[in-house]
Amino acid sequence: MSAAEQSLNRREFLTTAALSCGGLVISLSLTGCGGRTTSKPAAGGQLNAWLKIGADNGITVIVDRSEMGQGVYTALPMLLAEELAVDLNSIAVVAAPVGDAYINPGNGGQITGTSNSVQDAWEKLRLAAAQARTMLIAAAALQWQVDPAECRASQRSIVNARGQSLTYGDVAEAAARLPVPKDVKLKAPADWQIIGRPLPRLDTPGKVDGSAEFGIDVKLPGMLHAALAQSPVLGGKVKTVDAAAAATMPGVRKVMATSSGVVVIADHFWQALKARDAVKITWDPGPNAKLDNAAIRALLARAAAADPGLSARADGDAAGALKSARKVVNAVYELPLLAHATMEPMNCTADVRADGCDLYVGTQVQQVAQITAATAAGLKPAQVRVHTTLLGGGFGRRLDVDFIPAAVEASKAVGAPVKLIWTREDDMTHDTYRPPAREAISAGLDASGRLVALQLHIVEPSITARMFPPVKGVDDSTVEAAVNYPYDVPNVAVNWTRQEVGIDVGYMRSVSHALNCFVIESFMDEVAAAAGRNPLELRSGLLDKKPRHQRVLKLAAERAGWGDAPKGRHQGIALMEGYTTHLAQVAEVSVEGREIRVHRIVCVVDCGRMVNPAIVQSQIEGGIVFGLSAALWGEITIKDGEVQQTNFNNYRVLRAPELPSIDVHLIESDEAPGGIGEPSVALVAPAIANAVFAATGKRLRSLPLRLG
Amino acid sequence: MHQAKREYDLTIITVNETALNVDAAPDTPLLWVLRDHLGLTGTKFGCGKALCGACTVLMDGSAVRSCSLPVGSLAGRSVTTIEGLSKNRSHPLQLAWIEGDVPQCGYCQSGQIMAAAALLRRTPEPSDADIDAAMAGNICRCGTYSRIRRAVHRAAALMKTVPAS
Repeated sequence: MSAAEQSLNRREFLTTAALSCGGLVISLSLTGCGGRTTSKPAAGGQLNAWLKIGADNGITVIVDRSEMGQGVYTALPMLLAEELAVDLNSIAVVAAPVGDAYINPGNGGQITGTSNSVQDAWEKLRLAAAQARTMLIAAAALQWQVDPAECRASQRSIVNARGQSLTYGDVAEAAARLPVPKDVKLKAPADWQIIGRPLPRLDTPGKVDGSAEFGIDVKLPGMLHAALAQSPVLGGKVKTVDAAAAATMPGVRKVMATSSGVVVIADHFWQALKARDAVKITWDPGPNAKLDNAAIRALLARAAAADPGLSARADGDAAGALKSARKVVNAVYELPLLAHATMEPMNCTADVRADGCDLYVGTQVQQVAQITAATAAGLKPAQVRVHTTLLGGGFGRRLDVDFIPAAVEASKAVGAPVKLIWTREDDMTHDTYRPPAREAISAGLDASGRLVALQLHIVEPSITARMFPPVKGVDDSTVEAAVNYPYDVPNVAVNWTRQEVGIDVGYMRSVSHALNCFVIESFMDEVAAAAGRNPLELRSGLLDKKPRHQRVLKLAAERAGWGDAPKGRHQGIALMEGYTTHLAQVAEVSVEGREIRVHRIVCVVDCGRMVNPAIVQSQIEGGIVFGLSAALWGEITIKDGEVQQTNFNNYRVLRAPELPSIDVHLIESDEAPGGIGEPSVALVAPAIANAVFAATGKRLRSLPLRLG
Repeated sequence: MHQAKREYDLTIITVNETALNVDAAPDTPLLWVLRDHLGLTGTKFGCGKALCGACTVLMDGSAVRSCSLPVGSLAGRSVTTIEGLSKNRSHPLQLAWIEGDVPQCGYCQSGQIMAAAALLRRTPEPSDADIDAAMAGNICRCGTYSRIRRAVHRAAALMKTVPAS
């Protein structure tokens, strides 16, 4: 199934399940004093789904993607500001409600994911702002009774040939009533004043004085606080609840069973948490009572042996070419479960009343959140207003909505707003983990050492089948960075076997790119070793038809001083195209005993046009840090159905003193914009693994990377 | 209204230069007093075990993890949160953070800034190693560490010309 068909399915699911365009725009204060302010119904006009201009000439941009650090609250307003001919800095940003206009066709819903917010907005928002500008000019021209061609827009005003001037705010109300013009011309790149500049982020001020409002910070009059007890065994259910002791503890309002577990509601969160720990619960562990890592590995291995998988790519005849190859290289790679570990633990605030529900939540999926809350509240989706707050990290975790129903059920039960917060332990032991995988890969070399066949068999659960069913054929989100294997090899086969492992798995920053890039780019080094070739030269020799790949690869090698590492240090290289962005990374490591130390990462990126290069830079760098944690330490283990990692003491992530030198080089390009939030994560592990091989001769085929 | 009889004494602490009587059970962590009782939500909950630094505040000038300090043990102490660091984001650290566009998601940044504030009080001209050591307890999952380091240096330079209030 193609990506388009699959996204159509998701779209059908979403449209049939609910869509409503209701809901006021509620302003999300980026720099204000916290609390909640409803947007004023001031005069002025809403010119389209993304732009509102007040009579006071204030400009409000409605952003329909969730801000989780990746910069959409700056990059998307920049696209609008460019064509509206206004400065960026006094624009107010609000989060969009649920609405058809806000659907991201690339994702099949109002979804922030797949690193495509800018790609989706690139034409759409510039066009919307250009139309709005044209309408403002037309309204002013009407008022003056002059030809619009004699008027121009600049810095929130329209001026005519006679030197008269009206502000955008003066004519916004009239402009909003005009028909939307069809043929508007976008500015030529040479005329851009805003796009392409490293402008300051609009969300920074509120993030340095404590006023930025994340989901966990929501305050509502009469709001109560809740803690949740979930089955320690993943997938288990409540059997019995003895709330006698908990119910009489200070501040406790209610102890109740919900679809997610047992909720304790109290005046303050600390009271709810203490009382939660005093509730005596027995659990039915369900089918996962004996689940552990060995069982998961065995499941994947059995599936690998039993099923050749569905074909995701078949060039030539890989099986035949392997049979006739002079030399065959085989390897099996294994990937662990990983936790997202966003800094802000999962939380949700719900205010359920008889006639509707307001939901305040850091979510990447507004429509799914709306449907989920409606179901939990017994309301129609249109009766649920979703107020998207800032997200204290998303990384794909907030594409799931498992933290929403309990808050809604609790609010409904007590007839008051309820904020439900997961502790770090709740969050880490009840994540929707990055899926484990087993990948078998083979290469065939001919008599001259040329790579003539590559065969990859991925065995992995399907996230999409759980979250956006049905999946017909291959789940595209499992074969990323493999279906677009870039090297010029005549026979390539990529197959996927779906094997579920009993627990919920979720999308995590760079999704299967991180798995498949580790396998493929590590294995390219194995092929180089088998052929007696330099890993850089082997790759470069297979990229004659891929100039963008070739360019980032060569530039990364050059900037890293490939082949000329300082004494005691060793280099590894990796290459990938993901989210239509092309990247190469070189890792420089040293190995002492069993310790792998990463000293430097060089990353060269061609992501097409950049709306804001400073944000691109920080996303690429941040992705590398994320990838370092996963490569060096990331692993969730399960024993008797329970996750063993509980907090940052036993789920290690990178801290400041462990930061290597990171050198990001962005290539100027006039190609279409590519994604930047996710791709750099995926190259870190293979680049390090290849450097470790260079240092030790040991090939590490599983993550995290461990020697001995 | 449900009103349990209070079985503890009020705790008198100073928060952002205001003396307060805190009506919370003595075992309530300072973090939740700040957030739930005083509405100072700039201080964040990250781990609850003093492992991540998101809840860092200043107590009598030193960086502490508010998630692990029972309020009952803090009588007479003076606490500064991100909201009290300056009026109008004018502290050199806030100026440097804005100038360097440090935050991504921003959730850890209050704690990062407060940890840096404590560092600069005792080490006005920190080296990279000083910064790494002082900030090792503050996790950033977005990976803003290099910008944080640069911003701390920048703030140190600003402080020489604009003394912190």
